[in-house]
Amino acid sequence: MERKTIDLDQGWDYMQKGITKLKRILEGLPEPPFSSEEYMMLYTTIYNMCTQKPPHDYSQQLYDKYREAFEEYITSTVLPSLRERHDEFMLRELVKRWANHKIMVRWLSRFFHYLDRYFIARRSLPALNEVGLTCFRDLVYNDVHVKVRDAVITLIDKEREGEQIDRALLKNVLDIFVEIGMGLMDRYEEDFEAHMLQDTGAYYSRKASNWILEDSCPDYMLKSEECLKKERDRVSHYLHSSSETKLSEKVQHELLVMHANQLLDKEHSGCRALLRDDKVEDLSRMYRLYCKIPRGLDPVANIFKQHITAEGTALVQQAEDAASNQASNAAGVQEQVLIRKIIELHDKYMTYVTDCFQNHTLFHKALKEAFEVFCNKTVAGSSSAELLATFCDNILKKGGSEKLSDEAIEETLEKVVKLLAYISDKDLFAEFYRKKLARRLLFDRSANDDHERSILTKLKQQCGGQFTSKMEGMVTDLTLARENQASFEDYLRSNSAAAHPGIDLTVTVLTTGFWPSYKSFDLNLPAEMVKCVEVFKGFYETKTKHRKLTWIYSLGTCHINGKFEQKTIELIVSTYQAAVLLLFNASDRLSYSEIMAQLNLTHDDLVRLLHSLSCAKYKILSKEPNTKTISQSDYFEFNSKFTDKLRRIKIPLPPVDERKKVVEDVDKDRRYAIDAAIVRIMKSRKVLGHQQLVSECVEQLSRMFKPDIKAIKKRMEDLITRDYLERDKDNANMFRYLA
Amino acid sequence: MPPRAPKRKSAPPNSLSVTSSDGSSVSSKAKTKGFVRIDRMFDSYANSSLGMIDPDGIEAFCSDLGVDCTDVRILMLAWKLKAQRQGYFTQDEWRTGLKELRVDSISKLKKALPELEKEVGKPSNYDNFYSYAFRYCLTEEMQKSVDIESICELLNLVLGAQFRPQVDLLIEYLKVQSDYKVINLDQWINFLRFCQEINFPDLENYDATQAWPLILDNFVDWMREKHSSF
Repeated sequence: MERKTIDLDQGWDYMQKGITKLKRILEGLPEPPFSSEEYMMLYTTIYNMCTQKPPHDYSQQLYDKYREAFEEYITSTVLPSLRERHDEFMLRELVKRWANHKIMVRWLSRFFHYLDRYFIARRSLPALNEVGLTCFRDLVYNDVHVKVRDAVITLIDKEREGEQIDRALLKNVLDIFVEIGMGLMDRYEEDFEAHMLQDTGAYYSRKASNWILEDSCPDYMLKSEECLKKERDRVSHYLHSSSETKLSEKVQHELLVMHANQLLDKEHSGCRALLRDDKVEDLSRMYRLYCKIPRGLDPVANIFKQHITAEGTALVQQAEDAASNQASNAAGVQEQVLIRKIIELHDKYMTYVTDCFQNHTLFHKALKEAFEVFCNKTVAGSSSAELLATFCDNILKKGGSEKLSDEAIEETLEKVVKLLAYISDKDLFAEFYRKKLARRLLFDRSANDDHERSILTKLKQQCGGQFTSKMEGMVTDLTLARENQASFEDYLRSNSAAAHPGIDLTVTVLTTGFWPSYKSFDLNLPAEMVKCVEVFKGFYETKTKHRKLTWIYSLGTCHINGKFEQKTIELIVSTYQAAVLLLFNASDRLSYSEIMAQLNLTHDDLVRLLHSLSCAKYKILSKEPNTKTISQSDYFEFNSKFTDKLRRIKIPLPPVDERKKVVEDVDKDRRYAIDAAIVRIMKSRKVLGHQQLVSECVEQLSRMFKPDIKAIKKRMEDLITRDYLERDKDNANMFRYLA
Repeated sequence: MPPRAPKRKSAPPNSLSVTSSDGSSVSSKAKTKGFVRIDRMFDSYANSSLGMIDPDGIEAFCSDLGVDCTDVRILMLAWKLKAQRQGYFTQDEWRTGLKELRVDSISKLKKALPELEKEVGKPSNYDNFYSYAFRYCLTEEMQKSVDIESICELLNLVLGAQFRPQVDLLIEYLKVQSDYKVINLDQWINFLRFCQEINFPDLENYDATQAWPLILDNFVDWMREKHSSF
């Protein structure tokens, strides 16, 4: 059946009825909803009018009229309704109108759908949906968005001040901004977000200016934390999620960045004060707030570092003052107390780093740098390296000043090794430690073998195998020495009496390279001892022929029976002291010079020896004149009247101050180390500039010590004289390696 | 392409050089002629048993020349002669040197001295002369350094005219310091560089982090301390 051609006006009339019906529904007027039939008719009308043969093909006109339908409605009804309302009421109206509009677009585009399928597609025109939305955008949105935005921002600020607002309304309004962008966020961002951020900035700037003057640092931080939380909350409830980062940054900037210095430096409540008063919670908050801001933690870490440095330096100063006020004996105690306190300080602030500051590297670094400053200060003439070595000695030796449980000792040793990381003269520590270890091992003063090994393991882990290789060698030597002694005793038993030394002899053979260097003097041994040495030499030669034995008498111990009038007392003395005493078996009275001549010792050593035997606690020899010091004109006699309630007494010989020698030895080793480093670097680089050579040298040696720049220059000069290096002829700042 | 005609080997040109069995007799005869006066001069100062001019001879030589033996020009002459040993001139050194100077008498030599000074002063020669001055002081076989006393004299002699204020202060310092008892060639060379490059007396552009020898670092510290008391 031939379809009847629909005339444009006719057809449009029909459509108009449908549109009017739709409008009435939207306006809320009593109107029954569209039936399927009505819908079908409307759709078909459009279909027919588009499929009619030209000139009755009305696609273009219908497309235009579609748009005009919206324009008409908007202009006549929507816009006026919006213009007569303000603020929140306007917002509500807008939301309503937008919802309505979307429904209208949906329905109309269904009616006119056929256009979408062919006409629009063929001509690449905007789709019906888009046309509908664009109408709203161009006529309504563009007209009202400024007012809308202002109204929204006003509400936001109201909420900030604590008033309740209709969050759902704001969400709906802001959804319009998003949807009107039709796929892009530009409307939201430019027409709303940018202004909202600016307003936010101004708002918090005002608040911050007040708070920073009135509030303490912790209070300010609490408020800031609150504000940030509320703003995030705001985003989750009605702002678009993309605003979160920008908003947080804006708030952070106004509250935390702009006033960072004022805040942190507040005199009674700022960062320094918080550290001083151990306000852990506030400091944690400070960390949380500033860690999100780029470089925000730098000033905090700096104050942290300064604080620790000040506390550490004060401890050092305290020890220095105490040491200079007290007698020389008590001074040692003060320094040990200092090490204890430094360990405690370290524990305390390490906890801060791990807890308050979430293990952040910046704070680890601050702690490290702070400790490096005061851990390298000298106290009463002792370097920190020496103090630390003495501290270890006290823990590890028998009868040391520290009386701790095994666990406590392990823990303390662990902490001591950690402190070593902050000391730049590690090689100095190694040398002092080695010297004291030697004494502990040789005089059987070590309290516990396990602890000795344990600390060596820890040192090895921290400083490398080379650091501990000699010390480990020392410990092994003693074990071997015991085995050696056992075979020596077997040898004596199996040999004839002539080969017997006549006295009980124990010899400890040490490997020279492992042990500290000791001066060996040509002491004139008493005859009894000479025989001992001979016999042992005989034994040793049966074991190895290629080793040379050097006897260090200064480390020996002797048990001598003193036959005093009242009773015989066993005296435990050093070999040197024994040599002095044995002289009195042959003579009753000896002068200083006679003793000197017989023994062949230096004045310093002899004075020390005689003092220990005649002027100290136990007067084995009587001195004429009976003064407190030894002079070269004194005379000595065996004090037969001496007695003591004990049957066996130890007569200590105060050790020589080894500090000077240790420092000398270390300086010598350093010179070799610097030489080796320079040669190593130049051998591989062949040609190198001066500054680079120096800095590489410093870096290579940093594990053990911090070389003095002048020392490096001096070694370079020496190497030039020895033809290892030469200065470049054209560039005085360059050096070449001479193969 | 037509084949190339082989090149005919040309006969060697007539050589004017005449070589004899030892390669020198012909020319040396001519040479010896020119050396007669030079040799005579040599003999007049030489120690006959040594076969070379010794310190006494040099003294006589200097007095004839009208120049003090400690004058820097004698050092310059030694440089020109490439003399190996301080206080001695060998015949070869004497011959080569005087020939290069184109002199064969005392009077001619006297006249040639200003020329010699100019020659030494040329930038291309001066560094060479300066190092030579140091090496000239090394008397022993393996010796690498010169004692402070001699260095001070040498500084005065060689650099005194051109860098009087630096030299005076440097000598004063060298005498009071105790870190170094001898100076090596590297340090010596850097003394010159110091005078040439560093502003005096403010020492403004001296940078101790550069490769200056330690002795100069110490000298600068000493100078700064000395002058800060103003």
